[in-house]
Amino acid sequence: MKSLLSLLPYIKKYKKKLTLGFIFIVLSISFSSLFPLIVGNGIDAIKSGVTSSQIIFYSGMAIVAALIGGFFLYMVRQHIIVVSREIENDLRFDFFSHIVNMPRDFFNKNSTGNIMALATNDINSIREFVGPGIMYTVQTFFRTLLTVSVMLYINPFLAMVALSPLPLISFIVYKVGRMTHARSLKVKESFADLTSKAQENLSGIRVVKSYIREKNEISEFYDISRDYFRKNLSLAKVQSFSFPMMYLLTGVSLVLVIYFGGIEIINNRLTLGNLSTFLIYLGLLTWPMIAFGWIINLTQRAAPSMQRLMMVMNMKPDIADNSETDNKITLDNIEGEIEFKNVSFKYPSGYTDVLKNINLKINKGTTLGIIGHTGSGKTTLINLLSRIYDISEGEILIDGKSIKQIPLRTLREAIGVVPQESFLFSTSIEKNIAYSHDNLDYDKVIEAAKSASLYKDVEQFPEKFQTVVGERGITLSGGQKQRTSIARAIYKNPKVLILDDSLSAVDTHTEEEILNELKKVMKNRTSIIISHRISSIKNANNIIVLDGSAIKEQGTHNELISLGGIYYDLYQKQLLEEEIQES
Amino acid sequence: MAEIKTKNDEQLHKKLDSYLLKRLIAYFKPYTRYIVLAVFLTITVSALAAVRPRLTPIAIDDKIANKDIPGLQTIMLILFGTLMLQGVIQYAMTYLTSWIGQNIIMDLRMKIFEHLQNLHLKFYDKNPVGRLITRVTSDVEVLFDVFSSGLVTAFGDIFTLFWILYFMFTLDWHLGLVTLSILPFLIYATIIFRKKIRVSYSRVRLLISRLNSYLQEHITGVSIVHIFAKEKRTVNEFEEINQEHTRENKRSIFYYAIFFPIVELFLAVSSGLILWYGGGEVIQGAVSLGVLITFIQYSEMFFRPIRDLSEKYNVLQTAMASSERIFTLLDEKPAIVDKKDSVDFEQIKGSIEFKNVWFAYNNDDYVLKDISFNIKEGEKVAFVGATGSGKTTIINLISKFYQINKGKICIDGININDIRQKDLRKNISVVLQDVFLFSGDIEKNITLGNNKITNEAVNHAIDQTGLRYFINSLPDGIHHKVNERGSTFSTGQRQLISFARALAQDPKILILDEATSNIDTTTEMLIQAAIKKLIEGRTSIVIAHRLSTIQTCDKIIVMHKGEIKEMGSHQELLDKRGLYYKLYQLQYKEDVSA
Repeated sequence: MKSLLSLLPYIKKYKKKLTLGFIFIVLSISFSSLFPLIVGNGIDAIKSGVTSSQIIFYSGMAIVAALIGGFFLYMVRQHIIVVSREIENDLRFDFFSHIVNMPRDFFNKNSTGNIMALATNDINSIREFVGPGIMYTVQTFFRTLLTVSVMLYINPFLAMVALSPLPLISFIVYKVGRMTHARSLKVKESFADLTSKAQENLSGIRVVKSYIREKNEISEFYDISRDYFRKNLSLAKVQSFSFPMMYLLTGVSLVLVIYFGGIEIINNRLTLGNLSTFLIYLGLLTWPMIAFGWIINLTQRAAPSMQRLMMVMNMKPDIADNSETDNKITLDNIEGEIEFKNVSFKYPSGYTDVLKNINLKINKGTTLGIIGHTGSGKTTLINLLSRIYDISEGEILIDGKSIKQIPLRTLREAIGVVPQESFLFSTSIEKNIAYSHDNLDYDKVIEAAKSASLYKDVEQFPEKFQTVVGERGITLSGGQKQRTSIARAIYKNPKVLILDDSLSAVDTHTEEEILNELKKVMKNRTSIIISHRISSIKNANNIIVLDGSAIKEQGTHNELISLGGIYYDLYQKQLLEEEIQES
Repeated sequence: MAEIKTKNDEQLHKKLDSYLLKRLIAYFKPYTRYIVLAVFLTITVSALAAVRPRLTPIAIDDKIANKDIPGLQTIMLILFGTLMLQGVIQYAMTYLTSWIGQNIIMDLRMKIFEHLQNLHLKFYDKNPVGRLITRVTSDVEVLFDVFSSGLVTAFGDIFTLFWILYFMFTLDWHLGLVTLSILPFLIYATIIFRKKIRVSYSRVRLLISRLNSYLQEHITGVSIVHIFAKEKRTVNEFEEINQEHTRENKRSIFYYAIFFPIVELFLAVSSGLILWYGGGEVIQGAVSLGVLITFIQYSEMFFRPIRDLSEKYNVLQTAMASSERIFTLLDEKPAIVDKKDSVDFEQIKGSIEFKNVWFAYNNDDYVLKDISFNIKEGEKVAFVGATGSGKTTIINLISKFYQINKGKICIDGININDIRQKDLRKNISVVLQDVFLFSGDIEKNITLGNNKITNEAVNHAIDQTGLRYFINSLPDGIHHKVNERGSTFSTGQRQLISFARALAQDPKILILDEATSNIDTTTEMLIQAAIKKLIEGRTSIVIAHRLSTIQTCDKIIVMHKGEIKEMGSHQELLDKRGLYYKLYQLQYKEDVSA
């Protein structure tokens, strides 16, 4: 329950509106509580014989009271429920702004599904607690308070009789609530089993099929389903109990009121109208009693949701601007000279160094080629440069200044990366290309597309650059995606351009074409090209060979060939591969 | 234009809804008797609920007015009795309903799961596992909510209305008409409310899905957001959708905020009318006071269910979306179905023949082109070739995971299309590159729950594959717990387990997609020894990545871009100095030097 306290700052923001909402609750309940009184008085008046105009007065009064009460009820919902939606909005906004700024490591550790569940299901259950939960709590409280006081005022004895089942009701609500909670936890556990069994089966369907284990899987799944079924029924046993019990107990108090009220009337201590008032009040009290159980349920659901949410919200993004940051450094005064000094790195959750003792200098305006096996640390190296991860040891400098001094935003704006996986957003191609800028310059889009050898492809699409990519639009081929991704980086016009194995999905012919185009873009621009293929990097000013987390060879293409080491071997192999491809 | 469209959509929806409902109801059939019982109980409960106020005028007019205390006591006892009875029946009814609902849900869930087991691999290639899990889990759950809290209470509400009408009109039909005079207005208000809320609701749903897809997309693509430093813009864009979602929700709050007080107001008006008209009647002596009070109680009982019914409608809408997804899945036909007149095929010998086989995963994009080869019983064949040359596809086709487009695949001379999948796969063991382990223990991962595999067979498999040494090092031995996907085991250990799994089947044909990953030398030696034992004495097809494996094979088939380029023994092919020679230099030569 404590976790719900974290909601306070959010609630405080709408203090005024909520306070008004509470006032409206009091008003709406006060007016709707008048109704039984008026009806009761009307009945007494009728009994003692009245004119029809007086009857009209009572009927009119009842309607007017209900009308005013209804208006306030409208105001209650327009305040409190609306606030709950506002808070939902705020929570979701805060949550999203928070996670977007979390470093990559966070996303490695938390699956998309989990994060989505937080932003949707969990926030929703918190919303239900803040809105209906709070509204019904306050309503229930005031309705009970007011009704009980009026009943006590009319006839204390009868009021006591009417309320006598109340302690029992509270006790049962409490007991049933606890049992429900315990059993629904079991249901949840069983549901988790069910989900993981389905998950395992569906992911391993190939094995299941090749070993003809379908029947066995079905029977195992049946057992778990059956268990889930039983747990649900055991919950139903308790839950089915609560409603009838509630009706029974309120019914008992109704019966008691008629009986003892009848005796009071016979003894002339109560009027028939009073009795009617009591009966209507009791009818009005039934709902709050039921709502009470429901509120408990809402709270029990919201508390763990809030806890999960706060766990994420309390994580501090460890890669962010801090006191070291020198805000005087702007994009304009970054030149693009890069230096790695004794850099070592291991992943936050890893044991071994992914990069060891890297020393490297890339002069302004030159091109560096990086080659090496999968897992040799190529991508990690460039991730460190844009501070996707922070280095464990050593120092990375741009223009002689530590990258930790450069404001994170400026640093990343200065670097244009074409990542290995070409992720595109499901919007138009032009918007994808112009992603780096808020305003779209169509001429620049075309220019970038041409540089990435994408222009001809796009021209053939029905809606050209307005063509939407992804599920709702056209499916691009792997090569087209890569080239769009390259165009996106070119459009950014960065000080440092990085291509991370970005030509893997295009054939050698297109690769040459793109490289030729890129020459213009890379001229006088610091560039880093990571590749498996020697053909992509052989023209670089400097080439490093990464192997076993370290730089093993360094030099120009010709130097490395004459060295006769790893690079030479790779070169030979790729010549062979080309031969095989062409055969 | 837009309005016409929504109207058409609505009609389409209605049609679809009734179609879905019909299909859903088919699942209720096995429980007809229980459902009839539940309905009967519902009618009884609602009758008992309505009977109570009916006793009020008797208590007031006959007993209290006549100061008849013993008579009042009798009435009280009757009232108390009906209450108890109502409580008991209501409990029974609620529980019975849950029982029926849970049964139907379980049937449906099993049906979906069984259906999934029979679907072909092509289907799995196209549908992400996460989405399929949702069908088996949450989509089914939503239906339960509808059934238990929706349909049954809706029935109850309708019967309650019916009973109240009955009692009102038998008690005093004049007053009954007065009470009901407000009903047309209430119905009108409800219809308007429903219309408004439906439009708003569908907009909310649309916005939720936009919100979700934005979230999904930007979480998956968060690295792009980071490297372009576009966090701020992303958050702003998100906030726009978020705001719109909130705005639309506020609109639906507005409708609720109007509707609920209006129902209360109608209730008050109706009571006022009863008081006014009934009061006049009382004065004239036509109606008793007790009856008047009863009517005021009835009018309250009458309007609440009507209000609740309008809410049930929304629950139903959500359920329809879920059931549509479920039935779409159930309508997916398994592409590979056994022929009725399949050949009975118990024990195979193990010869394999491909005759001019063409195959494409998609349309005309052929991955295998005119493939023909012959593998004799007991022969060991290695497939080699660059990635994408079609090696893996060939092994998928032998187990009939995919249907070929042209040509013929025969086992022991019989077309595999005439063999039941079960019979075929029983004789073939496939060991895949990335080993899939199930949670459970090691034994279960070897037998995969097949009772026919004896302990001896398991032990034999363990000894043959060299897994014994590893198992002995575990505290619980063969019953050592395996985590989800076997994450606590090393790649080599996982591979050995999968070898044992394949061997325990004692298959006639063994298919092995050798793992490429590098493993420490000790395990590597164990694995190489195990592979030798594994392929001994059976028809074996190996996608080889190790020279030692290739060298033990009788025949090597060299694949290139979906075609067979060369075929022969290791030495023959080397002498040829063709494609194999080059591949050998590229892929296997390091092994020699190592």
